[in-house]
Amino acid sequence: MSKFTNIKRAFSFAVADFYRNRGLSLAAIFVLTITTLLITGLFFMNGISNYLVQSVQDKIDITAYFKNDTAESDILVARDNLLAQSIGIKNIEYISQEQALADFTAAHQDNQVFLRALTEVGENPFLPALNITTTSNDVAEYQKVADILQEPQYAKFIEKVDFSQKKDTIKKVFSVTRSITLFGWAVAVVLGLVVLAVVFNTMKLVIDASKEEINTMRIVGASSWFVRAPFIIEGALFGFVSFVVCFAATVLLVYVVAGTANMVLPGFNLGGYFFSNLWLVVLIQLATGVGLGGISSFIVVRKYLKV
Amino acid sequence: MIRFENVTKIYEPEIVVLEDVSFEIKDGEFVSVVGKSGAGKSTLIKLILGLEEPTSGNIFFEGQNINAVSSAELQKIRRRVGGIYQDYKLLPAKTVFENVAYVMAVDGRENKEIFREVPRVLEAVGLAEKNENFPHELSGGEQQRLAVARALVNYPDIIIADEPTGNLDPYNAYEVLALLEKINRAGKTVLLSTHDREMINKLGKRVITIENGKIVRDEAKGKFLI
Repeated sequence: MSKFTNIKRAFSFAVADFYRNRGLSLAAIFVLTITTLLITGLFFMNGISNYLVQSVQDKIDITAYFKNDTAESDILVARDNLLAQSIGIKNIEYISQEQALADFTAAHQDNQVFLRALTEVGENPFLPALNITTTSNDVAEYQKVADILQEPQYAKFIEKVDFSQKKDTIKKVFSVTRSITLFGWAVAVVLGLVVLAVVFNTMKLVIDASKEEINTMRIVGASSWFVRAPFIIEGALFGFVSFVVCFAATVLLVYVVAGTANMVLPGFNLGGYFFSNLWLVVLIQLATGVGLGGISSFIVVRKYLKV
Repeated sequence: MIRFENVTKIYEPEIVVLEDVSFEIKDGEFVSVVGKSGAGKSTLIKLILGLEEPTSGNIFFEGQNINAVSSAELQKIRRRVGGIYQDYKLLPAKTVFENVAYVMAVDGRENKEIFREVPRVLEAVGLAEKNENFPHELSGGEQQRLAVARALVNYPDIIIADEPTGNLDPYNAYEVLALLEKINRAGKTVLLSTHDREMINKLGKRVITIENGKIVRDEAKGKFLI
């Protein structure tokens, strides 16, 4: 007899059991759907938390203020030299005196006190500057850039570098964002374990109902795989149905919640995040549903095969 | 075909179910094992099927030591045995047809053969009309006949019947017994375990009598004498 016939039989046994034990099948699908939705929720939470962490980290930079009389060409040469040094710099933005004044005026156009103060000073009080951000989320990276700016070829033009004032804030921000990420992972691991226990116990309940049947199958000479395969396929079927339900629910939720999410988290596009990670979402949901259903069946049936 | 060599079975802590049991069943024999309830008949059958392990001694099936073979080999041996049990041991979630077809599938038969043989054997036991029913929709007698159909369909080397008539009325009990005799006449080995005196006395075949876990009689044309 061909392997294909065996596989076909295992499928037909699985589908028949799936249909005949509708109540238990529904219970298993319900648990797997909740599980898959939870894991999908964690995926979205991870996206949102990454977005928030990145937004905060993007606001962190160090600024090198140049002396008033430094020529713009010298500043631009310094910028290019820094970029060429490959010291983990993500971006350097040059802010000229005029740009700094314009930015300040625009930011405080409704504040008459600040504008009057500017008029009283009479001249542009702002210094030309380079705003530097680094690629890694590490204070040491910023320290390295600050140290390089102390070197003679830069130091002769530089009035001050604001790293020492910002150092503590940068440290704190990175520490907080790192804690948020770690907390997210811890929650994911704990939830994952809870979910595994729930799914495993549900499948145990489903297969417990067939305990005597498995016993009889063994007595009439069925091999381990002949007994086991239909249960694994049935578990995977539960998972597949839960995947379909979950995916539809996710699409619907993203459609309904996207507008609100954009209001709560300006700049975060939930729909965009979902569609740009569409295949990953499909993979996570399929792996959670089909994988958990199949694997837990495999493990539970093994216990009853010792006849 | 089956040989018991000094088999003892003790359930912990100290319940001796079988003690130093030795006998042999040859091909084509019809052997009845009789004894009171709790004498050790069911344990003896469980030992042959590898469902229990002896505390000491050996059990051989066609020269293979049942307790020394691999799990896969044991399953192959079980496929050569047609089992009929007092509690039927049917597959409750499968229909009458599927219950019989399942053992054929286990034995690796092709679908064509299954669809030819199952209706024939169901016809033979009078269950052709009920092939779509589930076991719980059958009477006790019908369930036992289904168990008989399942035991026969693969033309096994030996039929082991453990109290096959225990739940049946005299008419159905007689039918099952007649079927077992017919199978034996066709050259198959039959091992029948029972405490039905009338059935044994009517058979006039070899009888092994067990009392308190020991073989007290083994007669070629035995009677139920307890």
